[in-house]
Amino acid sequence: MRKPISRRDVLKGSAALAVGTVFASPARAAAPEPVAITPDLVAAATKEGKLVFYSSMDLPVGEKLGKAFEAAYPGITVQIERSGSERLFQRVAQEFDSNIHAADVVNSADASHFIPWKKSGWLMPFVPEDVAKHFPDNYRDPDGMAVTTRLWLSSIAYNTNLVKAEDAPKSFADLLDPKWVGKMVKGHPAYSGTIMTTTFQIVRELGWPYLEKLAKQRVMQVQSSTDPPKKLSLGERAVMADGNEYGIVLLKEAGQPVEPVYPTEGTPTISGPTGIFAGAPHPNAAKLFQAWLHTRETQQFFVDFTGQYSLHAQVQPKAGRRKLSDIRLMKEDPAGVEAMTEEIKTRYARLFRV
Amino acid sequence: MTTTTTSPASRPRIDWTRPVLWLFAAVLILLILLPLSWLAVFAFTDKGRHPTLQNFVTLFSNPDFLDPLLTTAIIATTSALICCIVAAPISWLVSRTDMPGRQTIRALVTASFVTPPFLGAVAWELLAAPNSGLLNQLYRLFAGEDADPLFNIYSMTGIIFVISCYTFPFVFVLVANALDTMPGELEDASAILGGNAWTTARRVTIPLALPALVAGALIAFLQAMTLFGSPAILALPAGFHTMTTKIWSLFQYPPKLELAAAAAVPLLVLTVLLLQGQKALLGRRGYSVIGGKYGAPRRVELRGWRWAALGFCLLVLLNPVFLPYLALLNAAFSPNATTLVTPSTATLHNIVFVFTELSSTQLALKNTVILGTATATIGTILALVIAYVTTRKVIAGHRVLGFLATAPVAVPGIVLGVGLFLSYTRPPFVLYGTLWILLLAFLTINLPSAYQQLQAAFATIHPELEEASRILGATRLQALCQITAPLLRTGVIATWCFIFIGVMRELSAAIVLFTSQTKVLSVLIYDLNEGGDLAAIAVLGIAMLVITFAVVLAVNRIPMSGGNAGARLRNG
Repeated sequence: MRKPISRRDVLKGSAALAVGTVFASPARAAAPEPVAITPDLVAAATKEGKLVFYSSMDLPVGEKLGKAFEAAYPGITVQIERSGSERLFQRVAQEFDSNIHAADVVNSADASHFIPWKKSGWLMPFVPEDVAKHFPDNYRDPDGMAVTTRLWLSSIAYNTNLVKAEDAPKSFADLLDPKWVGKMVKGHPAYSGTIMTTTFQIVRELGWPYLEKLAKQRVMQVQSSTDPPKKLSLGERAVMADGNEYGIVLLKEAGQPVEPVYPTEGTPTISGPTGIFAGAPHPNAAKLFQAWLHTRETQQFFVDFTGQYSLHAQVQPKAGRRKLSDIRLMKEDPAGVEAMTEEIKTRYARLFRV
Repeated sequence: MTTTTTSPASRPRIDWTRPVLWLFAAVLILLILLPLSWLAVFAFTDKGRHPTLQNFVTLFSNPDFLDPLLTTAIIATTSALICCIVAAPISWLVSRTDMPGRQTIRALVTASFVTPPFLGAVAWELLAAPNSGLLNQLYRLFAGEDADPLFNIYSMTGIIFVISCYTFPFVFVLVANALDTMPGELEDASAILGGNAWTTARRVTIPLALPALVAGALIAFLQAMTLFGSPAILALPAGFHTMTTKIWSLFQYPPKLELAAAAAVPLLVLTVLLLQGQKALLGRRGYSVIGGKYGAPRRVELRGWRWAALGFCLLVLLNPVFLPYLALLNAAFSPNATTLVTPSTATLHNIVFVFTELSSTQLALKNTVILGTATATIGTILALVIAYVTTRKVIAGHRVLGFLATAPVAVPGIVLGVGLFLSYTRPPFVLYGTLWILLLAFLTINLPSAYQQLQAAFATIHPELEEASRILGATRLQALCQITAPLLRTGVIATWCFIFIGVMRELSAAIVLFTSQTKVLSVLIYDLNEGGDLAAIAVLGIAMLVITFAVVLAVNRIPMSGGNAGARLRNG
């Protein structure tokens, strides 16, 4: 049997580093009572029979998660709507403004999205038992509107067929070397929440001049942060300036010629919170999914097959993978992202001309 | 034939066709004017709906908008030119010469038309991405590892090339149809009067084919100008915007709908000018080429050049059909989208993923087929009636109807999408979130080409045939059913297929109007491209092509009343 884990242990855990506060604690918080997965909940969810999950997770990863849920609860089908978080945000706004409630559960790669959603009253408070017991406070909304399901990085990476290890960039500053002109690929902050968060952290740490210089390197621009790792493994570009580190890790494990680089300035860190929409067409299925998603079993399974990190205190990192505590991380700040979103989109578009 | 649902007038005095025609006119006005009015309102007002010209000032003083406008102008002009240069000789070879494999070439052109431009763009990414592209890999086998890429699809030239690949069929269809229906007697007359081959071509064939070529160039220009699919996939990595991708970026949160609407105005003005220009160029010359008294055209004997001509056609068709299809097939069975498949590396993983794991596949397939069939059927009927009204000048204001039916061509699909979104998210028509709004969008977008095609078909049938029938005592409806409909059979079926294919190709309005429950294949493919899932796109794309070909083949086999009359007439 596993021994009970205290709050102190949680703080020492590999994932729960103090890399920032995703959800600030207000003076008065009113989270609902934690809910366990009961036969009643399962029955009600099965009766609804369907779940619509808006997510920016790399599609094969997201679909695998959906299939795992379908296997755990036969009779409920999961429909996954995958697209960049910034696009999902726009679509949710468009649909809600037209009084269309198609989405049950949302997982965004831009934690700042939950700030306006919560303000508008679009989220349903719900706290799964595991979240109450095993998730650190700074990664869950005090009112129970959302919880950080996954943590991942946006790193540098290179194609080992095209770049020798000793020539590979070690830092963001190295990417400005003229030898990388026309050889890099990166995602776009107007489509991808990961890249929006990454750009915010890079601007904060390195300033706009870094991006001004990077823009002059003729970087190939793609949309989603899930795409650069794929372009790298195809050999389309030699170096990834930003993109999902977990994509690189998974491709490397699959034998593709890619290698992640954790820049010396620090690696941008991204929280992906999940919440239930207040107008969810399948509220019980949504609750069941949210509860199931944050159990130790699901979180362990998720960490093992997606190469991302979990905040669940009992989840163990997969053997052979780099621990989060061994990487120098950049601090998260969703409130800062929210305040700067428009500036980032405008200035980025001006610099990179797209 | 489409009006057979209304019962034929029992007494010749009462002509029931008029009210029906007025009804169609009203539907058309609603369909076109409602979204366009909303666009106009947004273009000329600010957020508070107070009238202003500020949107245009912002637009025209900002290089962020002027650059895409210039880029779009270059792309559209060049593509239209390339389309004409490529399509005109091929359509002449297929239609008027004894080149071998003429039917095969026609089928292959149809294949390139059936291929959605965004799918073609992805396929060409697989082929000609500067480093991973199959063609560039092949080139490096000979030129050495470090050679510069032979092709770079992520460039202005690359985009023009891909757009031309999937736009030239528009020109081909129009020109080939015109050449097919051209009476041989006119050319014979020229020859009898001593004109040599060149004189005959210059004085007879080319002038008769000119309206079709000009119309084709115009359609190609407008298609290239308003196309979203290919630029959406290629322009971002190439590092620039076209008007359509720029307008799409204006919908990012918070959406700047006023600017988007204003950005469409220059495109609209340009289109109106072009349509006027076309009229001025062609003047009032009559181009009726099917009458009661003409025979089939004579084929030019190419002699020794027959196989060279076929070679030329196949070489051209390598680009829109053979190479991209091979690249897609390769990607579908490859573990890594741009590695050449060998029997030992071939995998079914991508196919299993798309059809068993990807949760949107079935829904998108179902929605797309429903929308394609419904839009094609309704659209053909609508276009048929309007074309009849405008060519036969049946009701007052027929010119306005013709203009309205052509107007959507000037509105980029993505902007029309916004217009429709604005129109149908508020009472009395709340349609957003249903398939109906997509149906309306696809109908409006495909109407211009459907109308143009059927109008061209009507224009080539001289009214003397109908008049003869009516003089002999038939009502207008009887004349239509017995004389005009059989002659139009080919045109109607072609138009139906045209619209169906148009729906499969359509991405720009769908991307604004879809919801998770009303997703279509094109949007699913766009979303997959966003995440770089090229192998899944290849599988879905091939499935999409198979469906389209199956439907087009099936529809062409539908027997229709008097179906052989047209053939008899042409052969007689």
